[in-house]
Amino acid sequence: MSGAILRLDDVHTDIGQYHILHGISLNVPEGGVHVLLGRNGAGKTTTLRTVMGLWRARKGAIVFRHHDITAMPTPDIARLGIAYVPENMGIFGGLTVEENMRLASTTGRFDDERLGRIFALFPAIEKFWTSQASGLSGGQKQMLAIARAIVERRELILIDEPTKGLAPAIIRAMIGAFREIATETTILLVEQNFLFARSLGRGVAVIDDGRIVHHGDMAALASDEALQTRLLSLSLAEHQ
Amino acid sequence: MNALLDRVGGVYALPVILAILAFAAIGSTSTWVTLTAAGLAMGMMIFLMASGLSLIFGLMDVLNFGHSAFVSFGAFIAASVLAALGAWLAADSVLLNIAALMAAIAAATAFGALAGWGFERVIVKPVYKDHLRQILITMGALIVAEQLLLAIWGGTPIAVARPAFLTGSIIIGDVAIEAYRIFALLLGLVVYVGMYLALNRTRIGLLIRAGVENREMVESLGFRIDRLFIGVFMAGSALAAMGGAMWAGYQSLITPALGQELMIIVFIVVIIGGLGSIQGSLLGAILVGLMTNYVAFLFPKLALASNMLLMMAVLLWRPYGLKPAVKG
Repeated sequence: MSGAILRLDDVHTDIGQYHILHGISLNVPEGGVHVLLGRNGAGKTTTLRTVMGLWRARKGAIVFRHHDITAMPTPDIARLGIAYVPENMGIFGGLTVEENMRLASTTGRFDDERLGRIFALFPAIEKFWTSQASGLSGGQKQMLAIARAIVERRELILIDEPTKGLAPAIIRAMIGAFREIATETTILLVEQNFLFARSLGRGVAVIDDGRIVHHGDMAALASDEALQTRLLSLSLAEHQ
Repeated sequence: MNALLDRVGGVYALPVILAILAFAAIGSTSTWVTLTAAGLAMGMMIFLMASGLSLIFGLMDVLNFGHSAFVSFGAFIAASVLAALGAWLAADSVLLNIAALMAAIAAATAFGALAGWGFERVIVKPVYKDHLRQILITMGALIVAEQLLLAIWGGTPIAVARPAFLTGSIIIGDVAIEAYRIFALLLGLVVYVGMYLALNRTRIGLLIRAGVENREMVESLGFRIDRLFIGVFMAGSALAAMGGAMWAGYQSLITPALGQELMIIVFIVVIIGGLGSIQGSLLGAILVGLMTNYVAFLFPKLALASNMLLMMAVLLWRPYGLKPAVKG
């Protein structure tokens, strides 16, 4: 296994007066899908937003490859090759699907070959290319959000709960898409849907109350029901 | 009511409906045409002032109560330039007339852009994301700006010279329309088309539209919204000054209170139209322009209240305005 692409070292983040992350330390190895699991309110979204610079770490260090990005402005972090797909998908509803995609391209132009592959992964993107994005269904918006993150090759994609509220058929389609994306990019995936996470994840970290309480191989966690029960408790069972 | 309105063109049909109602109430075609032209011209000048304010709020959530200072300075700078070029204005040559007018508008607009840059850097930048401080500091800056106006130009009203070719009216049949109003209408249309193209056909326009919807996501895609915002603030301030310059020529007598008086109307327009939306600003400005002129003729005592009533009616019907920008 190659070295870590992203490293968090004792990261503390406050939101207003609340202390949310209590010293997160995490290594994300290069390549494949790595999953951050945890119940609601554990600090998963805060971790991703802190990496992206949307919330600031009060203490600790975040290193992406050899760059210390702890205090870097969000646009500069993005320019290093990190894409972010937020939980609300961050689609620009007033713009067309094409305009949404064009914004994500640093040059404003598309690589036809790459666009062809994106259309093959998500046919809805091609079908609704000139439509206003606000008219898309929830699943189509999620596909657009992910397509936007891969319009150019990124080093790392942070994805926050992509399966939330989606129908099982769409989730199945998304597993295939994620596998293909992970062949060229590292994905850090925040999930509550353990079945989805298990089918994709290579590594897993479990976060609880702003701390990492477990990290290791997904295969080991998937085969150890006692460990799952202990770490993930009932909150995940509800989502299966 | 919404379904019926959608069938006739949606909210864009409202000015037409207002004009038809006014036609029925006024009864005289020539009076109606004159009032409608006056309303449209006023609407376009208000649009110049309102569109920048709307974008500034839409993109950065900045409430700039000092916006009217740019309107006032634009008016007074234009008046001074026109006074200095009095010989050109009075000349028989239309070319010289136009040159004087353009010089006045260009001076006001350039001042607006430059002052906008300074205002954003010194006054607004330290209070991003803090509405209360924005209101306090921009109101404070407005008071300072008004005192500066008094110090430079004095408190007595200043007469604004109009170019010879824009004085008088154009008479078609028994309808008389002031030439200046037609000019204001045309200039406003040119600016609107320019803004529309810039927002819809350029990459910077795409970034501004996306930024109005979801600033955080645009930053997450790798773009510096704060740099974009300086440009928008400068353009918005320049447009306000241009609107002030046009207004000075329209009123022909200006006082330092002009900015404050207009600001109430500008805020009403921005609220009616929906914050962050250029189409909304245009729609709101035209509605307010027409309403002001029709009501001033039909029920002079209601003139002041009419725009407030219009705003209340719109907000009860559509709490986010007629054409708000989509917020992510």
